[in-house]
Amino acid sequence: MNSVFFLVLRRMRAPIIVLIVFYAIAVLGLTIVPGINADGTPAPAMSFFHAFYFISFTATTIGFGEIPRAFSDAQRLWATACIYMTVIAWSYSILTLLALLQDKAFQHTLVASRFARHVVRMHAPFFLVCGCGETGSLICRALDILGYDFVILDKDAQRVEELDLEDFKTNDPTLTADAGSAANLLMAGLCHPQCKGVLAVTNDDECNLAIAINTRLLNPDIPVLARARSRGVTASMASFGTHHIVNAYERFAEYLALAVASPERFRLIEILTGLPGTTLPQVHLPPHGRWIICGYGLFGQSIARYLALPGITLTVIDPEGEGPASGHTVRGIGTEVSVLEAAGIMEAHGIVAGSPNDINNLSIAMMAKKLNPDIFVVARQNQGANDVLFDTFRADFSMVHTRIVAQECISIITTPLLSRFLAAIRQTDESESHELAARLEAICKGQVPEVWSVQLDLRNAAAAHKALLNNWPLSAGQLLSDGARREANLPAIILMVERGSEIFLLPDAEFMLKAEDAVLLAGQHFVRSALNMTLRNANVLHYILTGEDRGGGQLWQLLFPRRR
Amino acid sequence: MNLEKVIFAFFIVFAATLNFGFFIGDIDRPELHNIYELFAAIVVNMIATVLKFGDRTQIGAVLLSTSLVADLQLITAAVIWAIAVHINGTGMTPEVTSSVVSLSGGALLANIISVTMLVVETVMMRR
Repeated sequence: MNSVFFLVLRRMRAPIIVLIVFYAIAVLGLTIVPGINADGTPAPAMSFFHAFYFISFTATTIGFGEIPRAFSDAQRLWATACIYMTVIAWSYSILTLLALLQDKAFQHTLVASRFARHVVRMHAPFFLVCGCGETGSLICRALDILGYDFVILDKDAQRVEELDLEDFKTNDPTLTADAGSAANLLMAGLCHPQCKGVLAVTNDDECNLAIAINTRLLNPDIPVLARARSRGVTASMASFGTHHIVNAYERFAEYLALAVASPERFRLIEILTGLPGTTLPQVHLPPHGRWIICGYGLFGQSIARYLALPGITLTVIDPEGEGPASGHTVRGIGTEVSVLEAAGIMEAHGIVAGSPNDINNLSIAMMAKKLNPDIFVVARQNQGANDVLFDTFRADFSMVHTRIVAQECISIITTPLLSRFLAAIRQTDESESHELAARLEAICKGQVPEVWSVQLDLRNAAAAHKALLNNWPLSAGQLLSDGARREANLPAIILMVERGSEIFLLPDAEFMLKAEDAVLLAGQHFVRSALNMTLRNANVLHYILTGEDRGGGQLWQLLFPRRR
Repeated sequence: MNLEKVIFAFFIVFAATLNFGFFIGDIDRPELHNIYELFAAIVVNMIATVLKFGDRTQIGAVLLSTSLVADLQLITAAVIWAIAVHINGTGMTPEVTSSVVSLSGGALLANIISVTMLVVETVMMRR
């Protein structure tokens, strides 16, 4: 605000001075030039009062006429000069003001100061999203569904304008600025008390690194999630303690390897970490056996490293002829029949089309399917714009790195408990994962379930906290009873209860909760608000625990206690 | 030498001197206080005010405020003059004259503060 105001004043100095001077000259002249009476005798000149009045309406081109009495010719001559003088002065002022409004620098100042004010006034917890390309918008959409606020910084002015068209529930501030600079990050609320985390998801590794460093130095208390592609940047991010480094290639390679080794567990992870509000992904069952990897870039290397499982032999097709030291390598792109045949497409069980070019990947995938219809095709999609092509082709497993980064970011920032749960689930049996995945699929009717955690403390669950402290037994089953009909259950599953450093995986209905427990749940979107009702409203909780309906609020019960 | 500074100082001092010129003389004798001088004082004061626009320094802000005070006092004086001469028809009686001149006296005080600060700022400059 202040800087805009001063900028306007500074630029308007010259026109306002011109205006004052011209007015002064015009008024002064009118007080000197002699007038004339109706009978033709000379009259004294106008006084300052009348002169100022006349110039005021003449200069603004209102033109009431010759007031207070008809002018002498000398006065008319001077009035003519005044008209031109003052009109020029006004036009100059107005044009300067308009030019100022059109000025790019001025507009940027205006937008930036409005943005800064908006950020300062944010009351709800928010996330700072740096970079709003495909990944960023996926994240923002998911955050919006989950009811979080966010602040967006993006370098590209066009992207920022497009974001205005997105139908977000809240009016989230957006600014065109380089997110790598500390000043911009601070303006976007890096040190704001409500800022809950920073997501560095720009397309530029260096910029993400800069954001991570800035956050670690300026506000070390909040988590920062940074996206990285190259291993060098990943290493330097790790060196100063970035909380989470999201490397889509590594993550996907890990998933693919997991899907090969333990498909049920992978299915469960896929369900739990999906982007809320999207449909459940189909089941992937990549086979063991011979795999061909096309493209040995960063992605291909990650895949090769993770797929080095017992029972899998790898062949790499690379235009440069590069490949792992141990494996078999063929030179080529993979779109050619001869190259694919040389790599053993006929005997292969799976192929990864992993070049950085979408069209090449599609062509590899289609060629492979044609040569060997039973082959399992993993296609890498680099650009969201090619969604239609990839959807039409229907690879057995698609790798869209923007979606993977977004999924990972959302699941980390919104439910920190989830990563603990996923780590614990890796220790368990495949059959348990299968059972849980089936239950989740039954509950969520084809949609990705929402995963959230609730702490049973005074702030988040006032009623439940009080009841637990007063030794009312509250079991896991009761927690999921419907507040309107206690016999019915809410469509959700308690995944885990965390009590201090102890964790209880998948507690049954008889599990007794304690105050200060953290509960991790998965279920449909509406369950979240229904559960909040149970946890916060003493009457609903009372009904669920005892089955009797207790009307009235605290005041009513204080005034008219029910006799037992 | 900085031309902007010259112009700036010129208008501040000029506003103060014109104001002083109008103020000097017996307070209730209209013939000692020329209305043209009041007019000139108002115009120069307003220009001096505009020149201080957009200065974000502390001293610039104080200069702007003293200047605004002087403007306010001088314009009030002019309005009283216009009311007495044109609207009430009482003319420049000793009472009216003394209120106009005393208002300009207040403006003079504000102008003196401006000039003092200008001098202080100049003295404090090391180069």
